[in-house]
Amino acid sequence: MPKPAVKTKEVPACERILGFSEVTCGYTQEEAISEASRCLQCKDPKCISGCPVGINIKQFIKQVTQKDFAGAYYTIRGKSNFPCICGRVCPAEYQCRKACVLTKKDSPFAGTDSINIHFLERFVGDFGMKNGLMVNITPDERIFGHKVAVVGSGPAGLCCAGELARLGVKVTVFEALHKNGGVLRYGIPPFRMPRDILDFEINYLKNLGVEILPNFIVGKTNDLTDLFKEGFSAVFLGLGAGVPSFLGIEGENLCNVYSANEFLTRVNLMSAYEFPKAHTPVNIGKHILVVGGGNTAMDAARCALRLQKMNNIKPDTTIVYRRTEVEMPARRLEIEHAKEEGVKFRMLVSPKEFKGDDAGFVRILRSLECKLGQPDASGRRRPVAIEGSDFELDCDLAVIAIGLQANKVLTSVTPEIKTDKYSDVIVNPQTMETSMKGVFAGGDIVGGEGTVIEAMGMAKKAALAIKDYLYQLPIQ
Amino acid sequence: MKILSKEVLSDFQGVRVISMEILAPRIALKAKPGQFIALMVNKDGERVPLTIVSAKKDTIRIIFQEAGFTTKFLGRFNPQDSLYAIVGPLGHATDVKHFGKVILVGGGVGIAEIYPVAKALKEAGNNVTAILGARTKGLLILENELRDASSQIFVATDDGSYQRKGFVTDILKELLEKDKYDLVYSVGPIPMMKRVAQVTRGFNVKTIVSLNALMVDATGMCGCCRVSVLGQTKFSCIDGPEFEAQGIDWDELSQRNRVYQDKEKHICNLNKLF
Repeated sequence: MPKPAVKTKEVPACERILGFSEVTCGYTQEEAISEASRCLQCKDPKCISGCPVGINIKQFIKQVTQKDFAGAYYTIRGKSNFPCICGRVCPAEYQCRKACVLTKKDSPFAGTDSINIHFLERFVGDFGMKNGLMVNITPDERIFGHKVAVVGSGPAGLCCAGELARLGVKVTVFEALHKNGGVLRYGIPPFRMPRDILDFEINYLKNLGVEILPNFIVGKTNDLTDLFKEGFSAVFLGLGAGVPSFLGIEGENLCNVYSANEFLTRVNLMSAYEFPKAHTPVNIGKHILVVGGGNTAMDAARCALRLQKMNNIKPDTTIVYRRTEVEMPARRLEIEHAKEEGVKFRMLVSPKEFKGDDAGFVRILRSLECKLGQPDASGRRRPVAIEGSDFELDCDLAVIAIGLQANKVLTSVTPEIKTDKYSDVIVNPQTMETSMKGVFAGGDIVGGEGTVIEAMGMAKKAALAIKDYLYQLPIQ
Repeated sequence: MKILSKEVLSDFQGVRVISMEILAPRIALKAKPGQFIALMVNKDGERVPLTIVSAKKDTIRIIFQEAGFTTKFLGRFNPQDSLYAIVGPLGHATDVKHFGKVILVGGGVGIAEIYPVAKALKEAGNNVTAILGARTKGLLILENELRDASSQIFVATDDGSYQRKGFVTDILKELLEKDKYDLVYSVGPIPMMKRVAQVTRGFNVKTIVSLNALMVDATGMCGCCRVSVLGQTKFSCIDGPEFEAQGIDWDELSQRNRVYQDKEKHICNLNKLF
């Protein structure tokens, strides 16, 4: 029997819901060494294949046991530019930890005994940040001096930019919003991804020579043809899937019915929780319902509950989901944290209609109860609404977190780029090249709504293909 | 994003309409009539949409009425001051082509928004009639500019302090009764645009309005600006801001535009802007 996993300290729920500071404290040096020493150092480590960017997990964990934290840092940096980010937001229980030999076969997510690889990565990343460790640029003469444009500063764009910059390519990242980071900034709340750490990781790219231009919408401010005219040799599209889906039910446009994107953008990007110091308002309800079961729903619910608490409203935030907890796509840790903080869960609910008052504000959600039927295409059991099981929930603020679709601002003005029926960009899966010469893509704009690390995995693959593409071009 | 010049177009009992010329070469290069920008005054600012009234070589011009917190704050900015963020041009451009006889109806600060469209439609060979409306004479803007950009012009003031007393829609109705027109284009307060849509319904004339829904990112990622058009949900920022006037759920739009009324009052009071 292996030793039990080492837990990280967390800020108690009653304290942390008073604000937006980080929940998980992270390992101390002793805790990290203790957890790392549980690793069996498998001859054929499966965990590495579970990591979309292929970090040499076995090696960096060994280095941690040897107290060679700097060595561990450089091992991780060899494959990933963002250990402080990934160590915090990667759904490790579906990736490296699920592949860990200590997870039982056929388990839908990592077992509790599997090594806490993400916490170790976070510890090592934070160590590197605190000690100012830097990776050198190793210029590749064959492509040195080429300019590459990256569209979007989310996880995919940042990863691609970092990979290319380390080869000496001059990278310019174009970002539509006024701040960089994409979903890491507008979506993921500070209590999961502290802003100083996010800024550090992104500034790290600037040290590699990456330029990030905010307030620039490729497709509006200029277009891909302009970019090539301006001397960029290749373009990477990391636009993400930023368009919210709605339920399509009656009353969904009532006041105080938000998309999760709007609610989280107001709170996280625009700091509406600091209104009126920050000028962007957000409304707060007495009875808040969040519809959905993914990480976005957890984030929205936990933000909503904090806003209630901070405004002296008795917390009453409920996640409404049409399946059961087992099928929830959210990270287990986020579900646990949400529960600890007092978020309520109401399962097997199929929303039918929002009802409002005379002023147009939402008051009630009418729903049907569900039961689980046969598995659908996703392999999860399909929720089936039960006729006549109507019930009503009080609701003076609702957040719809049921998924996102591709943003078509760029692709709608670029007919050269072929898209599929979901408006996702079609790429050659080996090279991530689109149907337009010299244009590559990765992340949610290709795969639909995925995870941060999946986006980075695709971006890495694209960066390698861009390198090969640049090899064929004349030296700049 | 430096402000190059500032002009107070009207100041009536403390309600000011201000024009600013802002250095924004990239936006100026691409801007077309009907498009807008999203602007943040400082790093704590909210993102607000404002129409691009005109674009020269390196600059764009915006015109705004000091109505809420951000517009009053912006009104305190002066030439040489810099704004924190401007992004654009956003939204679809107006469909500028030869329609024939067109009527442009502008109310209040909406007059600034019909001005670039009037100019473009005139240049495209249309016979342009402009109807301008203001609460009172002191709030009327761009009369001379619109006179130049149109073949004929009518002005109505709610209180009768200048030209005709009454509403722009009274004039619109009379014109449509007398003659056949090919397009009505309108920007102004919601009640005005709603009334324009009601008036033109009986005359079978294509009617376009530019809506002024609340926005956050203004790039289609949040749906704050969603409006119901013929029962379908549209995002004003990427599907609009212009829509066919018939079929818009005006009541929903005006309710949604009031969703932060209390907070707006609160922040204005705190900063002694009212």
